[in-house]
Amino acid sequence: MRPTRTLRAAACAAALLLAAACDSSGSGGSSAGGLNPPDLKAPTKLGRTEGQVNLIAWAGYVEDGSNDPKVNWVTDFEKQTGCQVHSKVAASSDEMVKLMKTGEYDAVSASGDASLRLIASGDAAPVNTALVPHYKDIFSGLKNGPWNSVKGRMYGIPHGRGANLLMYNTQKVRPAPTSWSAVFDGAPAHKGHVTAYDSPIYIADAALYLRATKPELKIKDPYALDQKQFDAAVALLKQQNANVGEYWSDYLKEVSAFKSGDSVVGTTWQVIAGLAASEGAKVKTLVPKEGSTGWSDTWMVSSKAKHPNCAYKWLDWIVSPKVNAQVAEYFGEAPANSKACAETSDKNFCTVYHAADESYWKKIAFWNTPIEQCLDGRTDVKCVPYAKWVQAWTEIKG
Amino acid sequence: MTTDVTTAAGRGTVRRLAGSLHRRPRLRLALLLTAPLLWLTVLYLGSLAVLFVSAFWTTDSFTSQVVKVWSTDNFHELLTTPVFRQVVLRSVGVALAVTVLCALIAFPVAFYTARVARPRWRPLLVVAILTPLWASYLVKVYAWRLILSEGGLADWALAPFGLSGPGFGLAATVLTLTYLWLPYMILPIHTALEQLPDNLLDASADLGARAGRTFRSVVLPMVLPSVAAGSVFTFSLSLGDYITVQIVGGKTQLVGNLVYSNIELNLPMAAALGLVPVLVIVLYLLAIRRTGALNSL
Repeated sequence: MRPTRTLRAAACAAALLLAAACDSSGSGGSSAGGLNPPDLKAPTKLGRTEGQVNLIAWAGYVEDGSNDPKVNWVTDFEKQTGCQVHSKVAASSDEMVKLMKTGEYDAVSASGDASLRLIASGDAAPVNTALVPHYKDIFSGLKNGPWNSVKGRMYGIPHGRGANLLMYNTQKVRPAPTSWSAVFDGAPAHKGHVTAYDSPIYIADAALYLRATKPELKIKDPYALDQKQFDAAVALLKQQNANVGEYWSDYLKEVSAFKSGDSVVGTTWQVIAGLAASEGAKVKTLVPKEGSTGWSDTWMVSSKAKHPNCAYKWLDWIVSPKVNAQVAEYFGEAPANSKACAETSDKNFCTVYHAADESYWKKIAFWNTPIEQCLDGRTDVKCVPYAKWVQAWTEIKG
Repeated sequence: MTTDVTTAAGRGTVRRLAGSLHRRPRLRLALLLTAPLLWLTVLYLGSLAVLFVSAFWTTDSFTSQVVKVWSTDNFHELLTTPVFRQVVLRSVGVALAVTVLCALIAFPVAFYTARVARPRWRPLLVVAILTPLWASYLVKVYAWRLILSEGGLADWALAPFGLSGPGFGLAATVLTLTYLWLPYMILPIHTALEQLPDNLLDASADLGARAGRTFRSVVLPMVLPSVAAGSVFTFSLSLGDYITVQIVGGKTQLVGNLVYSNIELNLPMAAALGLVPVLVIVLYLLAIRRTGALNSL
């Protein structure tokens, strides 16, 4: 196992130094190495609430009881703050980015593959964490991550996190896998029954595996791949494709595939594993020895927010222990607030989701947006930007 | 009193308006056609034109913002990238396979409902054929997912013969699409067969033709335009579908999936890809027109 977190921290520090150097030389653009977002100001104090707030969120993050009368953390917020909540559910990170550009929304629950884009384009403003009282209780592992902060400035409030786990059918896959090789080099053993997450970001999973198995490629960060490293990851995924039964993006589809045995090994989320097991599928999950990729969502405030005070109230509300516990349990992720674990209805919840287990999260490389300026701090090469990842993903699927 | 006056005045205006309309047939025609023509040109053709134009734009690689700079890069990429060619060919292949299968299955069914079944049963049979169209598309496709999954109905039914179901993939996609669009093929054939005059069949028999010959020389030529008409539905609906293939297609990609995966990040590329089925269908319609089927639609 590699000291991922340390490496990433070092990489970040390098990027920050570089960005600082760019600053002092007075160049304002984002073209020269490192991310150099537009200089936006965070508010220093809050004013009166505006009476409403417009949110973009993942399904299950802003529940007002209309889907399930028992699942409701919006009504109390509205009562306490007088901010009427209007929420729009987005189906993908790309849609979130697009909606934020309209300037009609005040805040968004962005994943790492969207947040950096929002920061760079100036659509998301830095957040003054002092105005969010519950921020102090957030797990330190989620603060100042490379996906939610630039130059030590937070651009949002962490909401929760989850790992992309390896799930396998305990009856069909023997012996129990310990490595991602079960879906890569060892995949032919389960030809036609391997599954993978259907998104370009899955290329990072292959890069993560190569980081451990092909040291000569010198991959440091699975989201910062130069052309050679990228090609190697794509070649690995093309090999894998021959053994894949289906890719999943809809999680109910994966649950049904593992239940019926159409899929026996592949990536998953904890919530899917729990659901499949509760419906009778014989499955187990693990973080393989190479570590794994994962996601961490951040509530960000729009730089064009018309209701910033209500937006800040929402940021604080959604990470308050009780609400954060509710969201985490409903959605199936590890809560961001350290005090949320005391509030969950299932007392075992935080253990299952490793909420407080920082050594567990050290093994996770959280989703980030691949950009041309290598995120690992290298300046002698150009990295492959996300748009190219999208094209490659189409080619991998053939 | 006042209301009487106003209604009388109102009636007067209506009458004068009616009179002037009566005297100007061109105005009448213009008023009648403006709304549908606007719909057709502005909304329908207009959106197609926007689609076409945006296919020539590009995007900023980092922010995915559309950059309105004229270039033919997307079309160049479309024609030179092997994966695009492969997917387009696969999509056309699927659409053709679905159409052929639908025609093969629909013909005997329509023959039974239109000519063999007792007349009083016929309307009921037509209703029975139409009922699946009332059920939700997604429910039907997920039902097929269950049928085709490992150990599902297909595996169970084929097990006694030592076979197993096709599993998820291209075959499953063709099968499910065939099921979905079959009614659109049966109905036009049913109508054509129903309208086939009995005396033509009698005449054929009188002239000594056996059933096979009558079918080839009399029935088929008269029904073929309807088959072609039905095929317009099955072909175009299959070519545009991207949901069925996501649910039962395993890892298969069709043109619709490529459009869908590009729409957020690279709208111009999605537009260029979206023009492919439009072009294919236009070509298909031109080919069908030669059979005269469009006249009987």
